[in-house]
Amino acid sequence: MTETVTTATEVGEMPESVTEFAARARTWLAENMTRIDPDNPPFFVRAEQSSWDRATEMQRKLHAGGFAGICFPREYGGLGLDLAYQQAFDAECRTYEMPLILNVPSFTICAATILDMGSEQQKRDRISAAIRGEEILCQLLSEPSGGSDLAGVITRADRQGDKWIINGAKTWSTSAFAADYGLMLARTDWNVPKHEGLTMFLVPLNSPGITMRRIKEVNGNEEFCEEFFDGLELGDDAVVGEVNGGWAVASRQLHHERRAVGGGSEFASGRGAENASEMPPDYMAIAEATGQSDEPRVQELAGRALVHREVKEQLIQHVSTSIATGALPPNAGTLIRLFHADTTELEVDTALAIAGTAGVIDETGDGGVFDVGVRYLSRQTGSLGGGSSEMARNVIAERILGFPRELAADRGVPFNQVKRGRQ
Amino acid sequence: MTDVANPEQMLFASTTQAFLDKEAPLTRVRDLHAADESYDPGWWQRAAELGWASLLVPEELGGGSVSGDGVADLALVAEQVGRSVAPGPLHPVSVVLAGLVEAPEGHGDTIEALVAGELVASWAVYEPGRPFDPTASATTATQTASGYRIDGVKDRVEAGDRAGALLVTANCDGTLRQFVVPADTAGVTVTPQRSLDMVKIYARVQFDGVEIGSDAVVGSAEQTPAIIERQRQVALILQCAELVGILDTVLGFTTQWLTDRHSFGRPLSSYQALKHRFANDKMWFEAARATTAGAVAAVAGRSPDAPKLVSIAKAYVAERTPVILQDCVQLHGGIGVTWEHDLHLFLRRAALYRAMFGSPEDHYRTVYELSRKQEDVHA
Repeated sequence: MTETVTTATEVGEMPESVTEFAARARTWLAENMTRIDPDNPPFFVRAEQSSWDRATEMQRKLHAGGFAGICFPREYGGLGLDLAYQQAFDAECRTYEMPLILNVPSFTICAATILDMGSEQQKRDRISAAIRGEEILCQLLSEPSGGSDLAGVITRADRQGDKWIINGAKTWSTSAFAADYGLMLARTDWNVPKHEGLTMFLVPLNSPGITMRRIKEVNGNEEFCEEFFDGLELGDDAVVGEVNGGWAVASRQLHHERRAVGGGSEFASGRGAENASEMPPDYMAIAEATGQSDEPRVQELAGRALVHREVKEQLIQHVSTSIATGALPPNAGTLIRLFHADTTELEVDTALAIAGTAGVIDETGDGGVFDVGVRYLSRQTGSLGGGSSEMARNVIAERILGFPRELAADRGVPFNQVKRGRQ
Repeated sequence: MTDVANPEQMLFASTTQAFLDKEAPLTRVRDLHAADESYDPGWWQRAAELGWASLLVPEELGGGSVSGDGVADLALVAEQVGRSVAPGPLHPVSVVLAGLVEAPEGHGDTIEALVAGELVASWAVYEPGRPFDPTASATTATQTASGYRIDGVKDRVEAGDRAGALLVTANCDGTLRQFVVPADTAGVTVTPQRSLDMVKIYARVQFDGVEIGSDAVVGSAEQTPAIIERQRQVALILQCAELVGILDTVLGFTTQWLTDRHSFGRPLSSYQALKHRFANDKMWFEAARATTAGAVAAVAGRSPDAPKLVSIAKAYVAERTPVILQDCVQLHGGIGVTWEHDLHLFLRRAALYRAMFGSPEDHYRTVYELSRKQEDVHA
């Protein structure tokens, strides 16, 4: 059995109650973790290695204290407790610095998918290493040749003896530079329709044959990466799930991603905003800095955005409850995804409108209101990442409202006969 | 109107629905409109017998609710009313009762008559040419030897042409007070005002030296702001719940239309441009339901956040509903702008509610102000 920490749950005969667990967490957090103001959380820049070093250091501390991997099974290094314990811990750790950047994608998407689909060895090795704060996991899904059409990937894995040889490229991999292993989708059979010839691999990112490069975004952010594979060699032990069964694994990733983004994953620990750029705009501060606090026009603009911000929270609650009662189908999480994207666009636009020239010229020299303009440049990221808003509208129309599916010219066609545009 | 209704509420909902289906279908709304009538008083009395007017009234005052949460039950009725944009004074009667039960002393008979459906009352709060501001009044109440004398003009009083009593806000020596004024008191002149809605008739009410007893006043001067805020909250959640009912119905028959109607040999529901438009409508509808549920729960629980949450709900629901309904008109094509099609019945009430008791734009500013105050408290 994998090494597990001794928790109070093992000590007595009676399992520890949620209240007792929370009380123990409260004491431990106060003695071991750094207090923060949850309304002004510390700035964690995902693009910087130091953020990841800090996160894994905290994760190791949480593990040593017996508060890591609360909802992961004990045999894979977790505590094997149910959601109520994680929620109680979330409430307790709200005012402490937490390794929030490990939640997505490492714990909530990658580890969760390995737990569902991985081999026993993969589960024992990778999940427990992540929980111990020794490894970070990432996803290698999107490719330069296509965004929304995930099942159309053309990175190839060819059988050579007892090895798989990987050639191709991946892009938009969140925080891959900081990760140790990545879940990579590749094509293993070109003679069958696109969903049927895919295989998921768990790739050690320090292997020879991988070249990684940072992508620089318009706002200067360098969190995302692209990877080039030139004859990367993998063994059968790297296959997650079945050979040519990769779409089932990818579907689990997408499922876990939707839950994580909606704030509904039991594998997330801590729920605060990761950094200041995730915090919604402070309209009162922008209005004050630009001398417009008492402008009715500004109050109306800002009030509208505040209304939509609150309704987003209410929608998350309503959709979660409705999925649980069956009033809405499981795909209804997409409603949250789309509302979040639309609200982000509204918030970014509202901030820019109120900021006026101070959003485009650094009038005071301290960058305060000017950040609003910089953020505007990447306004669409929320409407593109994790599937575009247009894909979300298709899902709502087809899976929630039951309308006919979009025509797919590649449906049922062997992949090597599918038109792929100019190469 | 919470997400998870209990069995009593579900039974109440189905009884309410059956009553409305039988006694207030859309054809009835059209007939009333053709006859220039707002509602049949006998019908309202039967509705009151089902308990519609008792939900906000405690048992010791002759009321009672199905689930023990009268506000939620009332929102449920309002949602059902929205499904067929039914006639009747549910809105004005509920708002008046919401106020009276906060300070029932001396108003027991009025409450009892309202609960029984024998009396209809309405909140006279708007004044000509002024926006909705329940905290101010140009109408005055002057103390006399035997009580008060009311002078001034109110308008946009719902069912004012039928109401037997009016709950009037008035300035009494610099303090805002509320008075129950029987509509047949000497000096009260009622002039009907038509509305965009098929069956809702409003009224301008003039008070010329209207003498009323000292027992007409509702609550103390200190209680009055909180009572008025409670009335405002009930007025707003009723609007939101009714709008949710309207949306549910219209989206339901529009879904059916998109599925059944074919153009160029394929159903309308297969066109991506229409799918995307309707996907937005569906999302906004679920959000409207969510924020309405949040406001109803806050008002029911008398949460300190209730003033802000009802303004958020009103702002959002009243902003989105007309947009969604006009989308549905567009998706229906030409038939959507005909008198024959029912869409305009829903659109009429939605447009009316968008404007009444504060527009979304008014509520945006309220939410901003309340958020700013909250921030000051935290600072």
